[in-house]
Amino acid sequence: MADERAPSGKPIPARAAPPLPHDRRAFLKACVAAGAAPLVSGMVVAQEPAAPAEGPRYDPREHYYGMGVDVDKCIGCGRCADACKAENNVPRDSHHFRTWVERYVIREDGETDVDSPNGGIEGFPERGGEGGALRTFFVPKLCNHCANPPCVQVCPVGATFTTEDGVVLVDEDWCIGCRYCIQACPYGARFLHPTRHTAEKCTFCYHRLVQGLMPACVEVCPTGARIFGEVQRRSSPLARFMRFNQMSVLKPHLNTDPKVFYANLDGQVR
Amino acid sequence: MGLDASGRWKWARVPQQVRRLGIVFAVLVVGLIIARRLLIPATFGERGHYRFAAVSTIAALPTRYAGHDACEPCHVPIVDKKGASYHRGVACEVCHGPQAEHVVDPIAHKPPAPRTRAYCPLCHGYNPSRPTGFPQIDPVLHNPVRPCITCHDPHDPTPPHPPESCAACHGEIARTKAVSPHAQLPCTQCHEVDRRHNVSPRQLRPTKPTTRAFCGQCHAEGASSAPEIPRVDFATHNPSYVCWQCHYPHHPEAR
Repeated sequence: MADERAPSGKPIPARAAPPLPHDRRAFLKACVAAGAAPLVSGMVVAQEPAAPAEGPRYDPREHYYGMGVDVDKCIGCGRCADACKAENNVPRDSHHFRTWVERYVIREDGETDVDSPNGGIEGFPERGGEGGALRTFFVPKLCNHCANPPCVQVCPVGATFTTEDGVVLVDEDWCIGCRYCIQACPYGARFLHPTRHTAEKCTFCYHRLVQGLMPACVEVCPTGARIFGEVQRRSSPLARFMRFNQMSVLKPHLNTDPKVFYANLDGQVR
Repeated sequence: MGLDASGRWKWARVPQQVRRLGIVFAVLVVGLIIARRLLIPATFGERGHYRFAAVSTIAALPTRYAGHDACEPCHVPIVDKKGASYHRGVACEVCHGPQAEHVVDPIAHKPPAPRTRAYCPLCHGYNPSRPTGFPQIDPVLHNPVRPCITCHDPHDPTPPHPPESCAACHGEIARTKAVSPHAQLPCTQCHEVDRRHNVSPRQLRPTKPTTRAFCGQCHAEGASSAPEIPRVDFATHNPSYVCWQCHYPHHPEAR
């Protein structure tokens, strides 16, 4: 018998077409299998994505990340918010930000004005004339990657979680878009993606971290106002920054234990 | 229940309603186990109360910013130049945008460069909220209309030719002086300006006249200046003050 070959050139197995089953049991089995196949395969696709193509093996257990922000260095150029949108495909409208810059103006009458027009990406227009400014400064904001995150606690399906390297992530294939986490976040760092309808937030650019790169906002900050690194490793730039500056975190009374640390933070910042 | 006369357990002796209940429970338990296997994803609970496979999904997302280390191997002269300038801390991708594609295929993807006046003031436009000492200009007054790059090389932003006239920075003073009686005098008539002030203004500030005699060169009774210049008797006219403490020499009404 001549060697039968498929168009691909591979030899076809000898029993390529088994005789069709004719009994009822086999027929029902075939029906169930045919009906379940798309369902099962769909779930398998959702569960087992391709492994990331990394060079050196990345072990999350060797890291514990945090970010430092030097408020005295922030010039409010908004390059961080712009880079974050470019890097992470965040919708280009003025309502959805993973990181943004706020302008604080503490007026002479003691009131505090906070604004963030388009996250600061297009700069900050001159302030309207209500009252002189006692002091004024910019504060970059982002997800605080709390060690005790309220958003993770409230997720009913386990779609948001803290990784072993201390980053709070959202599993967008598993998120049901119930918005509990958006309500629970005291820092307003989460939003619902307008088309995917799943929760979104800063990932510390996790896809960059595993490649040994800095988060996009840290990469582009022209004044070095953002410092990223290991919280606990003494030699890391962040640990050094934390040794040499008086650190504060946002809303410490909420006991969320944030891992975004601010230096030279004014008491008025909420 | 379920035991026959000899004390052995027999399924047939269990009352029918209990048997049926047992079957219902068995179906429920098996159904739950199957449903649990089908509904809970494979890697859920592997490292915590979440789907561990999601971590690799997120880690596999594409990067857009190549990072500053990626530029160095090819652009050595520019990186060196920038590294020695005030912009040494500014990554290339701040101005040139995300360039991961350019790293992969440098020919097909050329990085854009902002060349208009609109871009630089994002950082260097005057804004009172910016930290003190950060170099800022008023985009309206500072050499209007001309693109920043006509004077400043973004890779070494110190202007190679320091501002020719003081008005480039001190526009407000220049405009009031232009309509004052002192319009004809150059700034350097009264201010000693070190050349380095043009490059780093805060390092060396221009001097101001410190003595009454300085103004007296023109305004004293016996001065050999033009006769229409107003004269003051320096011996009696408020002798304990330097002139500019009361007379602002740049103002039109500098009297």
